[in-house]
Amino acid sequence: MTKAEVLQLKLTAARVRMGIIEATHGAKCGHPGGSLSAADVFTYLYFKEMRVNTEDPQDPNRDRFVLSKGHTAPGLYATLAERGFFPVADLPTLRHSDSYLQGHPNMNTVPGVDMSTGSLGQGVSAAVGMALAAKLQGSDVNVYTLLGDGEIEEGQCWEAFMFASHYKLENLCVMIDVNGLQIDGPTKEVMNSEPLDQKMDAFGFNTIVCNGNSVTELEQAFMLFHRAQGSGQPTCFLLHTTKGLGVSFMEKNVDWHGKAPNDAEYEQAIGELKADYAELEKEAQR
Amino acid sequence: MAEIKKIATRDSYGNALVELANAGADDLIVLDADLAAATKTSIFRKQYPTRHFDCGIAEANMMDVAAGMSTFGYVPFVSTFAMFAAGRAFEQVRNTIGYPHLNVKIGATHGGLSVGEDGASHQCCEDFALMRAIPGMTVICPADDVEARAAVKAAYEMKGPVYMRFGRLALPVFHDEENYQFTIGKGETLTDGFDIAIIATGLMTGEALKAAVTLKKQGISARVINMPTIKPLDEELVIRAAKECLKVITVEEHSIIGGLGEAVCSVLSEKLPTPVRRIGVMDKFGHSGPAWEVLKDYGLSAENIIANVNDMLK
Repeated sequence: MTKAEVLQLKLTAARVRMGIIEATHGAKCGHPGGSLSAADVFTYLYFKEMRVNTEDPQDPNRDRFVLSKGHTAPGLYATLAERGFFPVADLPTLRHSDSYLQGHPNMNTVPGVDMSTGSLGQGVSAAVGMALAAKLQGSDVNVYTLLGDGEIEEGQCWEAFMFASHYKLENLCVMIDVNGLQIDGPTKEVMNSEPLDQKMDAFGFNTIVCNGNSVTELEQAFMLFHRAQGSGQPTCFLLHTTKGLGVSFMEKNVDWHGKAPNDAEYEQAIGELKADYAELEKEAQR
Repeated sequence: MAEIKKIATRDSYGNALVELANAGADDLIVLDADLAAATKTSIFRKQYPTRHFDCGIAEANMMDVAAGMSTFGYVPFVSTFAMFAAGRAFEQVRNTIGYPHLNVKIGATHGGLSVGEDGASHQCCEDFALMRAIPGMTVICPADDVEARAAVKAAYEMKGPVYMRFGRLALPVFHDEENYQFTIGKGETLTDGFDIAIIATGLMTGEALKAAVTLKKQGISARVINMPTIKPLDEELVIRAAKECLKVITVEEHSIIGGLGEAVCSVLSEKLPTPVRRIGVMDKFGHSGPAWEVLKDYGLSAENIIANVNDMLK
């Protein structure tokens, strides 16, 4: 990837972050923390990695994405809107009673959403089913799914991991957003899942550990996913990220897992993100 | 008189899957959770091994795998015991199949007390209640082989989630395959009668028919209605029976809470208040024993239907 391309993705991710703040502020609730930690991977997926069709969101040849950590819908919606599936201006209607933007992803109301999710542990199983279906059809469709590092405490995830490995779903990319925080505190204190890399290896995955907020590291990780085609191994990214990244007072602060910014906080958050955006634009012009 | 053929509806399920595939249902696939020999999807596996997927003993994952596969145009039939399909995997069925209204068919075998010797842990008498409560879910419980095979085909033909309950016990086949027409959401009147209506489902339909024969000898004409679709309920047939018979008894191999009996009561209390008595499992767990003995212990027998009819008509 050229430097200019990297900068473009960074600029897009910055707009996605602004969309997350617009959406949660408009909703007066929702989950900004885990949306912000995943903003870079959302952006990479929809602007670089995945084959999608905004003209025909149901195009059978599209790659699929399942947001297993469905509570970070603001991040997915902001990305889909930015990509052109629906107007960015609709984001602040998130969670309103007359809005199609449901609190958790709804495949029947939101263009571009491939599976309804929200109850943790279930999306990954649906993704595994999609990957098996694509394989049976002999198609080159890839299936991507994003989980939280708290989510994998659900036993069902490990049922799905076993299944993916057993059926050699090499077209499946399981991504775990390791931001280290869940509602009750640090993941290591609530329910320690480490050493996660060894666990995923033991479950038969092509495990890749990287910085999930770095465009260049994501590029490398996706290259390794593609390189694993033909190996019979599903891929797992352990994306080390910063919860709340981009908004100073939300960063690494578990209080922002499921809370919306008030008007003053909104102004500050948008101000910070706009300043970052301006910096990136300057860099792009250089 | 020729011996009446007896077949368990779980066998009908396995056979119907093969019949569908033979007839060109190329999008039909089957998932099982290490129970293929018991759910009888092994019959399908033998014929179509590449379209049968064992998910291991992991029902939660299996339900959602089926949901994912359905979005690629497959019609998955997901199979396990009723206890695990409706019970263990309830939330998966509710959130990832029911909420998006995906085209997944759940073939739940070993429903009710007639599991017999395995005992209460495996005798699911709550599945109608659980599945009925999910918006948009169709719930079917066939009474014999002919009906069960027709139901599987009807479920395949319709778009949307369907829960089908099949039994372990071999049951007499009373429908005539040549003339039987199964329609989802429609009940059928098996015997004419105007003294009382007996509305039954699943293996209790056979017991209701037996009861009607004895009642006739006592000078009581009972209208036996077979109700294979628990949801959506054939309200028209229920209301007509109540209007013409004035008294209604429901019989099901299920808890009296949330099943056919309550569905009938809901319709009648709102549209035509009529005395109804529910025969079912009276808010109790089952126990081990030969199936027909256990059923009798819980009042799921022709004898108990007769006793209740006599009591209601006193």
